[in-house]
Amino acid sequence: MFSHIFASPSALVTGAVTGLVFGFLLQKGGVTRFSVILGQFLLTDFTVLKVMGTAIVVGALGIFGMRAIGLDVPLHVKDATLLGNVLGGAIFGVGMAILGYCPGTGVAAIGDGSRHAIPGVLGGLVGAAIYAEAYPWIKSEVLGIGDLGKVTLDSATGLSPWWLMALLGASAIAGFVLLERWERRTHGVRGAPAA
Amino acid sequence: MKGILGMPRWSPYAVGVGIGVLSWITFGLMGRALGTSTTFVNAAGAIEGLVAPAHVESNEYLARHIVSTAEKARPIVGWQFALVVMLAVGAFAAARLAGSTFREHIPSLWLWRFGGSRPLRYCGAILGGALLLFGARLADGCTSGHGISGGLQLAVSSWVFLGAMFGTGVAAAFLMYGREGRSHV
Repeated sequence: MFSHIFASPSALVTGAVTGLVFGFLLQKGGVTRFSVILGQFLLTDFTVLKVMGTAIVVGALGIFGMRAIGLDVPLHVKDATLLGNVLGGAIFGVGMAILGYCPGTGVAAIGDGSRHAIPGVLGGLVGAAIYAEAYPWIKSEVLGIGDLGKVTLDSATGLSPWWLMALLGASAIAGFVLLERWERRTHGVRGAPAA
Repeated sequence: MKGILGMPRWSPYAVGVGIGVLSWITFGLMGRALGTSTTFVNAAGAIEGLVAPAHVESNEYLARHIVSTAEKARPIVGWQFALVVMLAVGAFAAARLAGSTFREHIPSLWLWRFGGSRPLRYCGAILGGALLLFGARLADGCTSGHGISGGLQLAVSSWVFLGAMFGTGVAAAFLMYGREGRSHV
């Protein structure tokens, strides 16, 4: 059945290099730590929001920018199956609050010295296997509800993606400036690293 | 000579810029979006395939991911699988360059709330991990695939996912640890 175990060497090498850099960045950002993830959910440490917000804005500007100057950069938008996105996101959030990692940071956390991330990742395999068993029922009962296809905020609203990115960028900058001021005022320097 | 690579922590904004630029490279040069959770399906299916190959072939979801057909090759270990494995190596290198000796069996917040039993924490981690991946597959993405890659493409599915995930994450954390937990993180 498994006639193809490995993809092409170029896919494996480029994937490996990407993972190496991504894992390095996640550790330097502190998001491979349970305390940082739970600090975000308990609203005492906003590192996760800062990392993700900045990555989204910078990534969006670059990718829409490359497309705007005529480079062939295909998008990879996932289908909006709204009930699945909401239920899945809700279950994901509970799992992340219990484990203290998301799938990517969980694997990276093992490299960072977290021992309990190992059963966490094994549990992830179990969760994926259970989903595969439940898939026929989920497909017929859940994924069809609110299925809008590959819709984006710009296509749904008719606004230019640049307006949306300007809005996103401006609210990120304003939000982060206010957040930094508030953090400095309420609890001094936050997120001192535990090396 | 430790320099920047030896610093224990970088500014979260610098790390965000780094991940954003990394996504330019994966989208622009590799034709791919950053993501991780599909790899858990491939790995789980491959393990199941060792003991029950017929079951994997007959399961629509697993077959769609890892069972190759005459028309379409579906390798188990592809671009994203290599990425996920190397996440641990990259984080290890980053920790080592900073001279980190961090080891954690039970996080201090969990210890404060649920006590020092390792089996209890490990069971919690398994449960959390299982919910995490079930949710990610149901939503068709995780914090990387939806959160970063989908978010930056302004995908509706991804922004809906992000809202739901942060909402229940905050609710679950406060249910488990309460307001008092905020001083124990």
